[in-house]
Amino acid sequence: MISSDRHERRRMAMYGWMLLAPALIMLTTFAFLPTVSALWRSFFSRETSRNPSEFIGLENYTYLFQDPIFWQVATNNLIYAGVTIPVSIVIALSMALWANSKMQGRTFLRIAYFTPTMLPMIAAANLWLFFYTPDIGLIDSITGLFGAEPVNWLGQPETALWAIIVVTIWKEAGFYMIFYLAALQTIPPDLREAAIIEGASRWTYLRRIVLPLLMPTTLFVMINAMINSVKLIDHLFILTKGGPNNASKLLLYWIWETAFSYFDRPMAAALTVLVLAVLGLVAILQFRGLEGRIHYR
Amino acid sequence: MNRQLTGLLGASVLAAGLAAPAAAEDIELTMYYPIAVGGPLTEVVDGMIAGFEEENPDITVNAIYAGNYDDTRVRAISALESGEPAQLSVMFSIDVYELLEQDLIVPFDDLVETEEEKEWLDSFYPALMSNGTVDDKVWGVPFQRSTIVLYYNKDMFEEAGLDPEDPPETWDEMVEAGKALRGDDRWGVMVPSTGYPYWMFQAFAIQNGIELMNENGTEVYFDSPEAIEALAYWRDLSAEHDVMPGGTIEWGTLRQAFLEGQTGMMWHTTGNLTAVRNEADFDFGVAMLPANERQGSPTGGGNFYVFKDSTEEEQRASMELIKYMTAPERAAEWSIETGYVGISPAAYETEALQDYVDDFPQALVARDQLEVAVAELSTYETGRVREALNNAVQSVLTGSAEPEEALSQAQSKADRLLRAYR
Repeated sequence: MISSDRHERRRMAMYGWMLLAPALIMLTTFAFLPTVSALWRSFFSRETSRNPSEFIGLENYTYLFQDPIFWQVATNNLIYAGVTIPVSIVIALSMALWANSKMQGRTFLRIAYFTPTMLPMIAAANLWLFFYTPDIGLIDSITGLFGAEPVNWLGQPETALWAIIVVTIWKEAGFYMIFYLAALQTIPPDLREAAIIEGASRWTYLRRIVLPLLMPTTLFVMINAMINSVKLIDHLFILTKGGPNNASKLLLYWIWETAFSYFDRPMAAALTVLVLAVLGLVAILQFRGLEGRIHYR
Repeated sequence: MNRQLTGLLGASVLAAGLAAPAAAEDIELTMYYPIAVGGPLTEVVDGMIAGFEEENPDITVNAIYAGNYDDTRVRAISALESGEPAQLSVMFSIDVYELLEQDLIVPFDDLVETEEEKEWLDSFYPALMSNGTVDDKVWGVPFQRSTIVLYYNKDMFEEAGLDPEDPPETWDEMVEAGKALRGDDRWGVMVPSTGYPYWMFQAFAIQNGIELMNENGTEVYFDSPEAIEALAYWRDLSAEHDVMPGGTIEWGTLRQAFLEGQTGMMWHTTGNLTAVRNEADFDFGVAMLPANERQGSPTGGGNFYVFKDSTEEEQRASMELIKYMTAPERAAEWSIETGYVGISPAAYETEALQDYVDDFPQALVARDQLEVAVAELSTYETGRVREALNNAVQSVLTGSAEPEEALSQAQSKADRLLRAYR
C-alpha cells in the first residue's frame, strides 16, 4: 500500500519535471547560463595581444563606480524610466478609456493609436529624426507658425534626452493601450449599472471599480515598461548616438558601445550584471508592493 | 543561384584541362562591406562582384552588406568569433589597431607575391595608405575613401554678392562669406558634429597646423594650443560670428538641410558628392576646405582587410578579388557612382572618369586635396580615445565646457588609455 503510494508520488514528480523540462532547458541555455558566464567574465581583465586576460576580482566594478560617465548614464536612465513609465501608462489608460467608449469611428481611433507600435523602432526613429531637424523639421515648422525660434532638439544637452523620451512614449503608449482595452472589455457591464443605480458618479466608478479591476493589467504593463526602459534603445542609434556629450546615453547603449566599439567585453559584462541585479530587485519590489492591492478574479 | 551555377560550370571546364591553375576546386569567399553614404550602392557592389565572378569562374563571392562601419565591424568580428566563414571585409580604415590587437588580419606585404602585385600595392595615393600602414606593414588597402570638402550654393553666393567662382580659402574668409550669406532663415555654414565629430575636428586641427596623433597610434595631442584654438574657432562660428547654428549639427540630415537651402556652405564627406549632384536643384560648387596655418583634411572611409583565419587558397582568391575591386576601371566607376576619391592616379586616367570630370570638375576637388590630406584619427584603444575627443568637441559646441578644459580632460583620458602601448 505504502510503496505503491510512494511509487505514485514519484511518478507524479517525474511528470512534473517532464512538463517543466522544455521551459527549463530553454531558460537555462538562453538565460541562466549567459547570466552566469557574464558574471564570471566580469571578474577578468580585457584580453589584448599584449596583455592576456587575468583574474582581477571586482576591479571592473570599482572602475565603473569611479567613472563619472557611468553615473551620468545611470542618471539618464533613471530619468528616462521615471518619465516614460508613468507617462506612457497614463496616456495608454486614457486612450483605452476613450477608445472603449461607444462612439463613431472608434475602430479608426484604435488603429490610429496602435500604428506607432507596429512600426519598427528604427523606422520610427528615422521619421522622428526629420521631425526634430531644426528649421525644416515638422516640429519647428509648426512652432515656426507661431513665431517660435527654431530649436535644435537633438543637438543640445538640455533637450536631447527629452526628445528621446518623447519618441519612446509615442511608441509605447499605443502598445500598452491594447492591454488596457482588452482588460476593460472583461469588466462586466452590470457593475456599471449597479454603480449608476447606487448613484455613484463617473469618477467614483472609475476610481473605485475600474482602476482596481485593472490593477493586474497595470502591474503587467508596469513591469513591461520598466524592462523596456532599459531594453528599448534602437532609436538612440539613429537619433543621437547618446550625444551630445553623453547627454542622452542610456545603459544598454553604453553596454553595446563598451562591448562592440571599445571591445571591452569584461567591462560590458560587469555593466550587464549590474543592470540585471537592479532589474531583478525592482521586479521583486514591484511584485511585493503591489500584491496586496491587486484583485485577481 | 545563377552565379553559383556559372561558377560551377566554369570550374568544370577548367578542371577538364584548359589552362587550369593549381586550384581546380571551387573557392567560396565571404566578404562584408559597409555603406555610409546615400544612394543605391549595394547594386554597384553586386555588379562589380558579378563581373569578378565572370572573370574568375572558380571563385564564388558572397558579398554581404552589413550596414554602417560600426555594424560591419561587429558583424565581421562576431562571424569570425562564432566560426562562420569570412575571409575578407571592407571596414573602417581606422579599425586597423583594433584588428591588430585582436590578431585578426594579415599584412598585405605577406600576400603580394609577384612584381606586378608589388607594383599594385604601390599604386595608390600615399595619403590613402597611411591609415592602413602600421609598423611599416600594410594591413589595409583603400577602397571607399574620402576627404572632407566644402560644398557651397553658388546661387546663394551670387545673391549675397559673393563671387560664386571664388569660394573662401581661409578661416577668416569663411567667416566673412558666412556673414554675407546669413539671412533670416538661412545660415552661412554648417559643419556636422554628430556621428563623427572627431573627424571634422581633426580637419580644423590640421588646418591650424597640428596633427592629432603620432604615426604609431600611441600618442595624441588633443590639448596642444593649436588644437584648443581650432576648437575655439569652430565654436565661435556659432557663438561669436553667428554664421552657424548652435548645438550639434546632425550628420545624417545635413545634406538635406543644404539641399533645402538652409545653409550656404557645408562641410561634408566627398562620399556624398553624387547624391548632392543628383538632388540639388541649384548650382553648387565644391572646394577644398579653407586654411588657417595650412590647408588640409583628414582622409576617411573604408579599407580592404584580409582575415588571418583562412586557408592559403582563400587568401590568394581574396587577393584576386581585392585587386579586381581596386583596379582603375572599378575605382573610376565607384568614384562616379558615389563621389568617393578614385583611389589611384591611374583611376583618373581612365576614359570613364576623364569624361566624367570634364563635365563635372567638382569631382576633382577631393583628389586634389589628397596632396594635403593626412591620416584619420586612429590609435590603440581607438574606440575609447575617439569617444573622449567626441565628448570634448560636443561639450564645447553645446556651450557646456571651454575648449581648454574639455580638451585637457580628453587628453588625460587618452593618456591613461594609451600608457600601456608606449
